[in-house]
Amino acid sequence: MSILVNKDTKVIVQGFTGKEGTFHSQQCMEYGTQIVGGVTPGKGGQTHLGKPVFNTVKDAVEATGATVSMIFVPPAFTADAVMEAADAGIELAVIITEGAPVQDMMYAKMYATKQGMKTIGPNCPGIITAEECKIGIMPGFIFKRGPVGLISKSGTLTYEASNQVVKEGLGITTAVGIGGDPIIGLSYKQLLPLFEADPETEAIVMIGEIGGTLEIEAAEFIKENISKPVIAFIAGQTAPKGKRMGHAGAIISGSSGTAQEKMEALEAAGVHVVKSPADIGKTVARALGR
Amino acid sequence: MNIHEYQAKEIFRQYGVPVPRGGVAFTGPEAREVAEQLGGDLWVVKAQIHAGGRGKAGGVKLARSLDEVERIAEEMIGMTLVTHQTGPEGKKVEKVYIEEGADIQKEYYLGMVLDRSLEMPVMMASTEGGMEIEEVAAKHPEKIIKVAIDPTIGFQGFHGRKLAFGLGLSKEEMRPFIQFAQALYKVYMDKDAEMIEINPLIKTGSGAFLALDAKMGFDDNALFKHPDIMEMRDLSEEDPVELEAKKYGLSYVNLDGDVGCMVNGAGLAMATMDIIKHEGGEPANFLDVGGGANPDTVAKGFELILQDPNVKSIFVNIFGGIVRCDRIANGILQATQQVEVNVPVIVRLDGTNAQEAAEILQKANIKNIIPATDLADGARKAVAAAKGELA
Repeated sequence: MSILVNKDTKVIVQGFTGKEGTFHSQQCMEYGTQIVGGVTPGKGGQTHLGKPVFNTVKDAVEATGATVSMIFVPPAFTADAVMEAADAGIELAVIITEGAPVQDMMYAKMYATKQGMKTIGPNCPGIITAEECKIGIMPGFIFKRGPVGLISKSGTLTYEASNQVVKEGLGITTAVGIGGDPIIGLSYKQLLPLFEADPETEAIVMIGEIGGTLEIEAAEFIKENISKPVIAFIAGQTAPKGKRMGHAGAIISGSSGTAQEKMEALEAAGVHVVKSPADIGKTVARALGR
Repeated sequence: MNIHEYQAKEIFRQYGVPVPRGGVAFTGPEAREVAEQLGGDLWVVKAQIHAGGRGKAGGVKLARSLDEVERIAEEMIGMTLVTHQTGPEGKKVEKVYIEEGADIQKEYYLGMVLDRSLEMPVMMASTEGGMEIEEVAAKHPEKIIKVAIDPTIGFQGFHGRKLAFGLGLSKEEMRPFIQFAQALYKVYMDKDAEMIEINPLIKTGSGAFLALDAKMGFDDNALFKHPDIMEMRDLSEEDPVELEAKKYGLSYVNLDGDVGCMVNGAGLAMATMDIIKHEGGEPANFLDVGGGANPDTVAKGFELILQDPNVKSIFVNIFGGIVRCDRIANGILQATQQVEVNVPVIVRLDGTNAQEAAEILQKANIKNIIPATDLADGARKAVAAAKGELA
């Protein structure tokens, strides 16, 4: 088992024929993902990477039965693409695009929620169910199958964590890169219960960073609802106040959103909080008694 | 991106958010001219820098004659202002804003920001105007009134009433206040602001509300929609090294330590700083070379790190996903030819093509380059090297 996506998931790509869209769609197909087509307005009727191209998401959904869309369109058009997907009945949009305006995403997410569409991202590596389905830009080979679920705000730190878990002889069920922007789709609080309910997942790794309060909300949720061991690392323990650290969301203002505050809240919720990012794998193994 | 007070007030005026009359000046005589045009017998001379806390640092002064305006402006322009928000190095004042004196009856605070948990903007008001709002939030959270505004309905009367009643305003004061708040909401939304702060918002003797100060920050991702805001960018307010980095698609922030870091991905870059500290060292910088790292960006990264004379070792920590490690290894070699790298460079390359990368570096056999097996090993070696303890 896994969460959200598996080998049977049918995926379309918005921004299919662009440079990024093409490269990553190809990588996903090689991994085994069922990419059944793509959308590029004006190129409907053509074939790309051996798959049909449609003018609208609605056409693509009707013709292919796709339930998930992977979005690569440029930042200025991202909100539009997300809302089109929601309008067309897509169930999950995975938004890879980096640099979308915050207000645009605020409106896009409101509409997605209204339409009952889940979103992941923006500005994220995507989602991968190990050895079954990769919808995103992560290097697939790092994700060997095993009993650990992974939720992370950071891309490369996801790879680092997965690599450590695999080196311990364990592996990943599903890994979700939720992104670090101020407005994001699925977050810890929505993903944790999915992993809790997944019989194959035995432990959950959560990687957070400074800024915002998602990790604090997650801590409260874990205390009440999660019985599986949770291992957490918060990046940015040494980041100075008021400085933007690459991710739009990773900025501490005043006394809120610090790594310290998040680590304390998680510890109080019974989470195994790791201080050094090199200890993630080891701590997972220990929590699982291996 | 942040702008100056005088620029924020210009935007406020366009939207009918009341502000005192004023003008910007780059020299003493210009300041005098602005004051003369404003008329009256009381002016405020305000240093224009992108930082709060100017008043306490001597960046806001009252003048009671045109001579005084000119003298104060001349003193202020060129001085370095150190406030709690500038850091110890302070900021050089290049222009001043001359404003008519206001009849202050009471000071309030009014601000707007995105509430990330509610996923909508919130307006915050407080009767504790003129105070550090962080301090008020910490000591008297009950004195801050917040309203979340669902953008699908916009700023309604009830939002305004909730704030006004919270501030204890009278019936007569309510109307001008709500109009003020409504106009401010429109500024925030129309301009893709990230933050607006008015501290203080004042009530005058005649019952009007005026923004006596104005701070605005914008969502960088949305600047493409606002060429007028882009034009307000003041590059002299930004760190020149950070700007240079941005040109090459790198994200760089200078810090106080001596272990330079070059990492791909913001999260891993922060984690790398953390592990350096964990191992007893101090990071000299945050540097994210991004997902599209190539030999040129790596070379540029070395150049940026080495501009900092405090750097005693460099930790290159790359987890190759789409970025192939062999390309990074070649980048490191190229960099050592372009830039003189005279400190130990600890290299940890993992992920796609890590094996090939190790071979490339081994074959090149450059004396300053020390391979590391994993994150912990790399951090330990980098910290030891910075302390001169690496054998």
